[in-house]
Amino acid sequence: MVDSIFLSLSVLTIGSAIAALEIRSLIYGSIALMITLSGIAGFFLLLDAPFVAMFQLSVYVGSIAVLILFTVMLVRRELIFNKIEDPRRRYAGIGLMLIIMLGIGTIIIGSGLKSVETDAPSVDYKKIGEDFLTYYSPALIVMALILTSSVIGALALARREDVTSDQRTD
Amino acid sequence: MTNGLIDFVLVSVALLAIGIYGLSVKRNAIRMLFAVEMIVNSANLNLVAFARFIPNSQGQTLALFSIAVAASEVAVGLALVIVAYRMYKNIDIADFRSLKG
Repeated sequence: MVDSIFLSLSVLTIGSAIAALEIRSLIYGSIALMITLSGIAGFFLLLDAPFVAMFQLSVYVGSIAVLILFTVMLVRRELIFNKIEDPRRRYAGIGLMLIIMLGIGTIIIGSGLKSVETDAPSVDYKKIGEDFLTYYSPALIVMALILTSSVIGALALARREDVTSDQRTD
Repeated sequence: MTNGLIDFVLVSVALLAIGIYGLSVKRNAIRMLFAVEMIVNSANLNLVAFARFIPNSQGQTLALFSIAVAASEVAVGLALVIVAYRMYKNIDIADFRSLKG
């Protein structure tokens, strides 16, 4: 059985996920996305994974949401409120969403996952640190390279080439 | 644990379906990035949930890697949106069909 914390967290997460896509202003949409990501962090806390939850909070809510907010503010104002979509495509999308939800949902409810319960103690986060530094250390190094290259790539992409330093007024 | 594995998996399925809906319907590039974030987060929720109920620590490790990759993906994606906005003065996906400068 589910408890009330789980129910309220899932209502918050899914409701704000729908709001992030459907609300008219992109700024409010990105704030709703922030609430969704915090809700996922709450699920991680319920799953006894506090390290992953804090990582999620610091990476997603701390950096990605701020990045999205700044990008939204760089865009012209009427585009933020712009909402062109084909109504037929929209109904087809809602139908697809319901088919996926009901189809995969009935498959999962009918499967043996229903009886999976555990009383085992949760994994200590020290074990994750050990994993990172022993077995997964090559992957950790590759991850650092990926993050560095993505930062360099993002900087190189977003650089303006039409403004040279002698054209600046300041 | 009072919550079973199936509850978390069902929440993750709902989030996945909402993300697919957003990807297929929305034409705004930034909203499509929102939808991609939801799909990645539903995958992370699944990873951590299964890791809790097995139980082992490798699911959490994989979820951490996945969060880091998603962060770099969003950084590059938003930079691409900014470049496309500078070229077309619009963030509508339908305008990006011919991506030439």
